[in-house]
Amino acid sequence: MTKTQPLYSEKVMEHFNNPRNVGEMGNPDGIGHVGNPVCGDIMELYIKVNNGTTVDSKFKTFGCGAAIATSSMVTEMVKGKSIEEALKILKRAVAEALGGLPPIKMHCSSLAEEALKSAIEDYLSKSKGE
Amino acid sequence: MRRIYLDYAATTPTRPEVVKAMLGYFTDAFGNPSSLYSCGQETKGAVEEARGKVAALIGARDEEIVFTSGGTEADNFAIKGVAFANESKGNHIITSSIEHHAVIETCKFLEGRGFIVTYLPVDKYGLVDPDDIKQAITGKTVLISVMHASNEIGTIEPIAEIGKIAREAGAYFHTDAVQTLGHIPVDVNELGVDLLSMSAHKLYGPKGVGALYIRKCTGLVPFMHGGEQERRRRASTENVPGIVGFGTAAELAQPEMDGETERLTYLRDQLIKGLMERIDHTHLNGHPLKRLPNNVNVSVNYVEGESMVLNLDLESICVSTGSACSSSSLEPSHVLLAMGFSPEQAHGSLRFSLGKWTTEEDISRVLEVLPRIVAKLRAMSPLLKSHR
Ligand code: FES
Repeated sequence: MTKTQPLYSEKVMEHFNNPRNVGEMGNPDGIGHVGNPVCGDIMELYIKVNNGTTVDSKFKTFGCGAAIATSSMVTEMVKGKSIEEALKILKRAVAEALGGLPPIKMHCSSLAEEALKSAIEDYLSKSKGE
Repeated sequence: MRRIYLDYAATTPTRPEVVKAMLGYFTDAFGNPSSLYSCGQETKGAVEEARGKVAALIGARDEEIVFTSGGTEADNFAIKGVAFANESKGNHIITSSIEHHAVIETCKFLEGRGFIVTYLPVDKYGLVDPDDIKQAITGKTVLISVMHASNEIGTIEPIAEIGKIAREAGAYFHTDAVQTLGHIPVDVNELGVDLLSMSAHKLYGPKGVGALYIRKCTGLVPFMHGGEQERRRRASTENVPGIVGFGTAAELAQPEMDGETERLTYLRDQLIKGLMERIDHTHLNGHPLKRLPNNVNVSVNYVEGESMVLNLDLESICVSTGSACSSSSLEPSHVLLAMGFSPEQAHGSLRFSLGKWTTEEDISRVLEVLPRIVAKLRAMSPLLKSHR
């Protein structure tokens, strides 16, 4: 029998199976809520910011394996980063950190990038108001 | 972990008896059925014998069976064949909105060539209303094509009723019986069809072979031009081992059908009942009674299908989903949408299709594993705030 060609990398499956940072956050400093225009999925991402540094992040996602794995990865990547650095986390980096995504699933990593951006924007607009 | 295969509607393993019957036709009896010498005539005999077995399974005459490369080709052949042969009579085709892509895409292709196609709606169970067919018929209707049973939701369509309507209207009637052949009774005269598509690998035969039943005197354009095979309706050297395998699978299916129907219906209903009891916000898709004995299709609210399929795969359970995320078009199942589902409901659909090797333990295992998976995914779902 020839080798099987799995849809997702091992890293994706690992994050999909044991997603980090699942759940909602009490008193988050920023909330991002985005919908995937391609397939209609939804992602919510929360951040906690301390002195301009993201100290914690959580997510809730309704979506495919790639959407769950990228949510998990992006919440890991953002922790400990300054807001400026966090804004530079692009979908490519998230996908790469997961050992790549099938081309048809790249739009799911955009969802992760946008969710993070929208959480940061939310944080920035709130902190401006204060 | 033992693999639990519950995707028999996608494909079935080839039965060992079928493989055994095929083997000799790869190596010893390899002759071309068109050759005059005896080792050609030997395979010709094998092809004709298989034709007889397939014909017997559907109550047809041998010469009304044309072997094809599978169900998709049979659908293409039937629809294009009738459309192109009857252009002088009319250019209208009636079909349903839940057909297999092999039918829908063929109809779309014809729409680009001057044909007019009516895609009839279905009710919430996926049933076509024969009255809608009556209403849709015009003086230009040459073909009606409605599937015998849905591959996705398992609903069995009122084919015999539609057959009568087609006959009265003088339109040819085609049905895609890929999901029903060998599983529930299929009789071309009882159903009143002129054309019927079949595929071997859905009834424990090999992949790459199927057939089209063509009622005598049905005018249609040949599918492939070339040699004289299949009475000039489908040129190409016959797939002898495949055809022999199909014949054997058809022969074995008949005597087992009643017993299997009873056994699978029981397992099917166990699974449906168990899922409804153990997972809240879950409902059955398709008709509760007019349903294939082996099909269970449910929608699990607030979770996405691909992630359920992947989680089940990690537990060695193989099923499929109509979720947008799992399709290459990233669109939800056209069947569920046609039944009036919202894209969200289609997202959480799962199809289990049972078969010959499905056991009661398999069903118990699914019922033990899936609720856990759903709970895990629901904990992750932003759609489920109220359940915190
Ligand atoms: S979230 Fe739908 S395809 Fe990834």
